[in-house]
Amino acid sequence: MRIACPFCGPRENGEFTYLGDAKPKRPALEAGEEAYYEYVYLRDNVAGEMDEFWYHGAGCRSWIKVRRNTVTHEISSVEPAAGAGAAKVAS
Amino acid sequence: MSAAGQKNRLASGGLIDRNKPLSFSFDGKAMSGFAGDTLASALIANGVQLVGRSFKYHRPRGILTAGSEEPNALVELRDGARREPNTRATTIELYDGLTATSQNRWPSLDFDILSINQLASPIFVAGFYYKTFMWPSALWEKLYEPLIRRAAGLGRAAEKSDPDHYEKAWAHCDVLIAGGGPTGLAAALAAGRAGARVILCEEDAVLGGRLLSDGGTIDGLPAIEWVAKAVAELEAMPDVRVMTRTTVTGVFDHGTHAALERVNDHLPVPPEHQPRQRLWRIAAKRSIVAAGALERPIVFGGNDTPNVMLSSAVRTYINRYAATPAKRLALFTNNDDGWKTVEAALAAGVQIAGVVDARAEASAEQRALAAQHGFAILNGVVDHVEGGKAGVGKIVAALAGGAKATLEADGLAVSGGWNPAVGLTSQHRGRPKWRDDIAAFVPDGAPAGMVAAGSANGEFSLAACLMEGHSSGAAAAGDLGFGKSAGSAPVSDEDAAYSVRPVWTVNSKKKAFVDFQNDVTESDIALAAREGFQSVEHLKRYTTLGMATDQGKNSNVQGIAVMAELTGRSIPETGTTIYRPPYVPVAMGALAGHHRDENFHATRLTPSHHWAAERGAVFVDTGLWKRAQWYPLKGEKDWLESVTREVKAVRSGVGFCDVSTLGKTDVHGPDAGAFLDRVYINTFSSLAVGKARYGIMLREDGIVYDDGTTSRLAEDHYFLTTTTAKAGLVMQHLEFCRQVLFPELDVQLTSVSDQWAQFSIAGPNTRALLTDIVDPSEDLSNEGFPFMGARAVKLRGGVEARLFRISFSGEMAFEISVPARFGDALVRNLMAAGEKYGVTPYGTEALGVMRIEKGHVAGPELNGTTTAADLGLGKMMSTKKDFIGRVLAGREALVADDRQVVVGVKPVSPSQRLRSGAHVIAKGKVPAPETDDGYVTSVCFSPMMDRWIGLALVSRGRERHGEIAMAHDPVRGEDYEVEICNPVFYDPEGGRQRG
Repeated sequence: MRIACPFCGPRENGEFTYLGDAKPKRPALEAGEEAYYEYVYLRDNVAGEMDEFWYHGAGCRSWIKVRRNTVTHEISSVEPAAGAGAAKVAS
Repeated sequence: MSAAGQKNRLASGGLIDRNKPLSFSFDGKAMSGFAGDTLASALIANGVQLVGRSFKYHRPRGILTAGSEEPNALVELRDGARREPNTRATTIELYDGLTATSQNRWPSLDFDILSINQLASPIFVAGFYYKTFMWPSALWEKLYEPLIRRAAGLGRAAEKSDPDHYEKAWAHCDVLIAGGGPTGLAAALAAGRAGARVILCEEDAVLGGRLLSDGGTIDGLPAIEWVAKAVAELEAMPDVRVMTRTTVTGVFDHGTHAALERVNDHLPVPPEHQPRQRLWRIAAKRSIVAAGALERPIVFGGNDTPNVMLSSAVRTYINRYAATPAKRLALFTNNDDGWKTVEAALAAGVQIAGVVDARAEASAEQRALAAQHGFAILNGVVDHVEGGKAGVGKIVAALAGGAKATLEADGLAVSGGWNPAVGLTSQHRGRPKWRDDIAAFVPDGAPAGMVAAGSANGEFSLAACLMEGHSSGAAAAGDLGFGKSAGSAPVSDEDAAYSVRPVWTVNSKKKAFVDFQNDVTESDIALAAREGFQSVEHLKRYTTLGMATDQGKNSNVQGIAVMAELTGRSIPETGTTIYRPPYVPVAMGALAGHHRDENFHATRLTPSHHWAAERGAVFVDTGLWKRAQWYPLKGEKDWLESVTREVKAVRSGVGFCDVSTLGKTDVHGPDAGAFLDRVYINTFSSLAVGKARYGIMLREDGIVYDDGTTSRLAEDHYFLTTTTAKAGLVMQHLEFCRQVLFPELDVQLTSVSDQWAQFSIAGPNTRALLTDIVDPSEDLSNEGFPFMGARAVKLRGGVEARLFRISFSGEMAFEISVPARFGDALVRNLMAAGEKYGVTPYGTEALGVMRIEKGHVAGPELNGTTTAADLGLGKMMSTKKDFIGRVLAGREALVADDRQVVVGVKPVSPSQRLRSGAHVIAKGKVPAPETDDGYVTSVCFSPMMDRWIGLALVSRGRERHGEIAMAHDPVRGEDYEVEICNPVFYDPEGGRQRG
């Protein structure tokens, strides 16, 4: 696979580390155990397009959000993941 | 050297260089050939027909093809450490001094004892593994399996390590073309002229593909001259790269292709500093598969007899190599292409014994040719060939009317039609589609960016190949925005339509092979059909059809056709199996590249490594690092003696240890403290400038992730350390927290792991030693530099360093860091300055012993199952802030009172050795999973306690100090009493480190 890092351009996937689903947002402390349980453990098993976190560890050390089709490996978008896992968007 | 012995070498013609004779040996017999020969063509020239014995039945086999799909002519190439088994004689370029040996025969190829396996062939049918040798089961391992392994098989691997180098390399291009025949050349010319960056890969040593064997006329020139002109034009284009001896073996996602370049396989030994093979990864925006088509055999009796050869291969040997496999040749064909071999043979002076054509009507030209040369055209099929290891004897044909006819010939050329090479285009689980008009599978789409062209796409005339090659090259370049003219397409008038009448099997009563390499016969397929293994995937696995190194290139379509006929389905209904890379066999060495032996992975050396090596340190691999484990002195009898000395020297005087392997991160910014508060369970925003603090990080699920000390060097600057093992992962985690979770914090992270050389200096004389190292202006007294102090200092000589008054050993200790380039100088200065204190370097073993004596947790306790409270560090968890892992760390099971927590353990008998992994069982209980209270995690021989001690994770352990329990060690067969105790064995009050 090749991933077009928004900072470095297209790079081979060996430069990246996969984390997984980019959908879950880290809950606020007050949200409680149930919310955290969902955040940490519950994942959809997507066959199709999915947003994923990847880390460009052998490049610019950016976390990026990759929209990838898990069936075809087709990548439709790549963007910086800044704030993508935060419960609330920073003002 | 002359052509003596080359009795089948034609007097003229061919693309061999008769001025460059070469000598070689086959099975120890000296032979000769010419530059430009393959081993196969040279063997044919020397009159060798019998080249190997088959995998299961030890049938005599000859050469079937002239390409990389060869299933029969597999030899051991070279000898000694360079011996390479199962090498296809058809792809080995002849070199002077080449040695090759036949395989799977004993004592000799000519007289092979195990050929009696043929008589036992009813036993070796498909699925025989599952049906025979089942009883008694004890004999399987001892008798049956070794027996089968000896009897069945191919070549022998070299018994020594491969002395040659293999490389990996990257290339990038706009258009990659797989195959340098007419289609590939036309495509490369078009794309190159348009301005695209082109890579053209050709498996053969020379470009031209079938043109080298079949000739023809292109743009008014003889094909060979046109090839030379095309190659010259390509080589003149700066952005076109032509790679011969290179096979595109795989296509992966997003235009990444694998290609194997046999850089020096054509030489006896690679030149110095040169690799034997190079595995390329080629990132291409577009790719064109111009890999051609493969002729297929027909299933008839004795179709594996030596000198039954594919018709196109016969032509190749005659036209390209000037070597004729037969003096009197017969042809069995079902299409016009087969007839070209008759023309080539006649031109070379070979007699034609007759042509068996499955089609009813021969053309006027064919009838005229037969009349002129006095041979018969028989309408029908070859039923079987009589012959054996001496080759073809008689050919028995079954004629359309039902009569039999016999041809006397010493060779049989077979053409069952052509299969486009659909391997590459189908590698992403694509299934090729069936085309009735050419009776073959053709690509049905391809991975994104890839197209097939020419005969790989089912276009079998030269004119069509040139046109489609050119148009696909122009289209690929145009697609990518290259606007220059692609020029005109090369033109040929050879545009005859291809006509074929499919014949898959003649239903002969004699043994008829479908898969030559795996010895799968027609009756094996019938058996699979009878027993219900009718799906192609079942057929493949039950009979091993298509599972040999040729990956079914010579057999799959016939196998599918036979199964289709037996089950009353059509060929497309029966379907194909899944195509996977690699397209041709790739040596493990090429896949490994330089990553073998000491280069299996990268090695990281500590700043003091070379100094430690000079001292004879014993090193241990810790991840990628080599760390000094202990420093043996002359006369010490074992590691324990050295380690014990090192520990005692530190605790009574002073010693030092390289701790540069710890992960180090600079944390900068106005929100640096707030950031650390969120990643650590304890608070760092309140840490005073000039102080260090021990911190614990959790995973979000509440389990301990990592630990280390972090120091505040300035209001907005912290220096964070991690364990050696987690250095990279913690950096990744911190970046995730910073970028993804907490983007509102103004903080930056910089990995400085490699920038600082860091040493722990420990022992009562530490301060005295440091006084000789650190500039006299620095106050190192307890008041000037208290426990857990951390700040920049100047060293004597002016080097800027950092000092941290932290202790892992429990002694009065400092960690000192200097820019990595000064690490070696610092260690030598420490030794010199410390001489008067008896300074002792210590390794990771002594470090570990001292941390166990102090009850400090490390890797064996931070094992991915323990909470901070389990480690006795629960009080560090702040309740006043959010931090990673806080919520889930509070889950019921993670705070239960019966959790296994860190305790100390010591055997009741002072001489008893304690072992890691021993289970802790309450006294009087029978060891069982339900009575298991925990296990010993870390052990050492404690020089200070003068006995073995350890740490353990024990259920309710903190309430059990003083209890005598059983250590149960079923792995080593030991049971002994241990006392559960406080994990801090040495100096529990901690006075020494504060002194």
